[in-house]
Amino acid sequence: MGQWEPPGGGWGGANERWSSRTGPGEGGRRHHHHHHPGRKLRCLRRSPDNRVFGGVCGAVSSATGIDAMWVRIGFVLLAICSGVMLLVYAAAWLLIPMEGESANIYSRAVNDRRGIRLVAAVLIPVMIAVQVITSTLHVAFVGFIGWPTFLAVGVLILIWRNANESEKAFIDEDVVPLFGPDTRGEGRRWLLARVAVGVLIGAGGIVVLVEGHTTAAALRPVGGAALVVAASVIIFGPWWLSLVRDLIAERQARALAEERAQMAAHVHDSVLQTLALIQRSSDDPQHVVRLARAQERELRAWLFEGRPPGAIGDDATMLAEGVGLLQRQVEADHGIAVQVVMVGDCELDEALRALLDAAREATVNAAKWSGADQVSVYAEVEPETVMLYVRDRGRGFDPDAVPEDRQGIAQSIRARVSRFGGAAVIRSAPGEGAEVQLSMPRRERVR
Amino acid sequence: MSTAARGAPAGRPRIFLVEDHAVFRAGVKAELGEAVEVVGEADEAGAAIELINERVPEVVLLDVHLPGGGGHAVLRGVRPLHPEVQFLALSVSDAPEDVIDVIRAGARGYITKTISGPELLQAVYRVAAGDAVFSPRLAGFVLDAFAQGSVPAAGLDPELDQLSPREREVLRLIARGYTYKEVGRDLSISAKTVESHVSSVLRKLQLSTRHELTRWATDRRLV
Repeated sequence: MGQWEPPGGGWGGANERWSSRTGPGEGGRRHHHHHHPGRKLRCLRRSPDNRVFGGVCGAVSSATGIDAMWVRIGFVLLAICSGVMLLVYAAAWLLIPMEGESANIYSRAVNDRRGIRLVAAVLIPVMIAVQVITSTLHVAFVGFIGWPTFLAVGVLILIWRNANESEKAFIDEDVVPLFGPDTRGEGRRWLLARVAVGVLIGAGGIVVLVEGHTTAAALRPVGGAALVVAASVIIFGPWWLSLVRDLIAERQARALAEERAQMAAHVHDSVLQTLALIQRSSDDPQHVVRLARAQERELRAWLFEGRPPGAIGDDATMLAEGVGLLQRQVEADHGIAVQVVMVGDCELDEALRALLDAAREATVNAAKWSGADQVSVYAEVEPETVMLYVRDRGRGFDPDAVPEDRQGIAQSIRARVSRFGGAAVIRSAPGEGAEVQLSMPRRERVR
Repeated sequence: MSTAARGAPAGRPRIFLVEDHAVFRAGVKAELGEAVEVVGEADEAGAAIELINERVPEVVLLDVHLPGGGGHAVLRGVRPLHPEVQFLALSVSDAPEDVIDVIRAGARGYITKTISGPELLQAVYRVAAGDAVFSPRLAGFVLDAFAQGSVPAAGLDPELDQLSPREREVLRLIARGYTYKEVGRDLSISAKTVESHVSSVLRKLQLSTRHELTRWATDRRLV
């Protein structure tokens, strides 16, 4: 341990919960695993890949080992017998966290202060306005339906804010179109037609209202309601605006933070790695010049041509080609033998390039810190996933003892693959070498 | 190495080198040193067949690429006369079809020339004892060859033309760079069991009639 940490970087597992497991008869040797395809999971976790709606049945299936199809069939049958099952499903969706996340949607929603404030700020005035209007118009039943509706809307907004990106995408794509068409082309015309019809019906309603009373008396409650709405807009308007502004700022801040994390990962991969190399080869001026020149070329390409540094596979179109490039690069830069074994091959896409970048990071790390003279890279293309293993027989380290705030693996390896739904697992123990196991689901599945 | 010592036959194994690079032959001899008895060497297929049939060594270290017909020519020239001679294939260039060719012709294992001295010695002992020696690369080739068309075609013997899930697991770990011992520990089986899985894969590879294996090799040749 210790040897495994580059200056200012190293194997760090920030925000990750390792579940430890000791294999039979292995004494002090520790296995560390995160979710790993093909391995049984101990607790309920919803998987983004194995789901029809929220992934609850998939979670039950992987926790119990029963085939997901049977779980789903059983659930549908139960739901037909009793509607309560639908509520149970919704509750399970809220309470079972997504794979790779520690908090469920429910606990995040409850702790989402800003969201609660937003919902309160918008819904309470609207509810008051509706209450006032309905009571002046003597249509109490609107209030009767209205209260639960508002409560439901508020809860839905909170849930939506606290669902993660993939679930948001799922809601956006699959649930929202049920309620409103999209606002492009055909959909836009449809929306206009709907609004027009709505306005006509509304106008008709006002006409009926006015005809039902004597003219002056009928206008008075309508006018009063309009005044109340105007008043609430004047009183709450600035508050709403500031909330909306906050919301936009929050979104921008999040985007900025993401950008920064990506930038940090890139700089770590390229500039910091090169600087570390230069320090180690200060007695070989030619090598230093070569390193500096290569780094300069890479930085220029990044800053002025928008090509990410350290990215492999820019020139490669197939996975095997990319792995070959990785092998040559690391062998040339670090003077270590990289043994590559490939099973199958497929075309590279964005996600697989990220997988390659993570693999390179792992290989470079092994080359620099393991002390071994050879690193094994094994890649296998399966119908649904691509697995990639980087293994060395070096000095190894204790993944639990790595400080949480270290850059290396947290940012570069795990973030790179998890951005595309992949996973990274590190297995190592002092004196036992290390193995980084990477997996990435394939976009274009082989049928 | 304790494993090497355990697997060592009583005497020093008598080995024969078939390799066209004199420098490499000298290197291998130096690395194996006193642990083996080198009974002869040859730098091309014809001479190799003649000398091996004459001296009948225990293990032949066979370069996959040879002038005068390649490694499999040597195997075909010796195996019918002396089936007791074991072959261990060696190569640097690793064209998969050549490697599979040599294995199908009867070699008991395949290693790359980058292998370290102690590992080479261990591999020689293994082969001398009749076990199979799979390098990570060979494991990868075999997985690749058997992965194609995982559904067995009609008329094929599924016993021979498919890998069992366990064999696949073992090969995968070997391809990842695990030693037999480490494979055994990972799968909670003994190293001996690992060896028997690997031997059974080798047998399948040699007896399989699946045309996928040939087609896979031809596909590779075109690349």
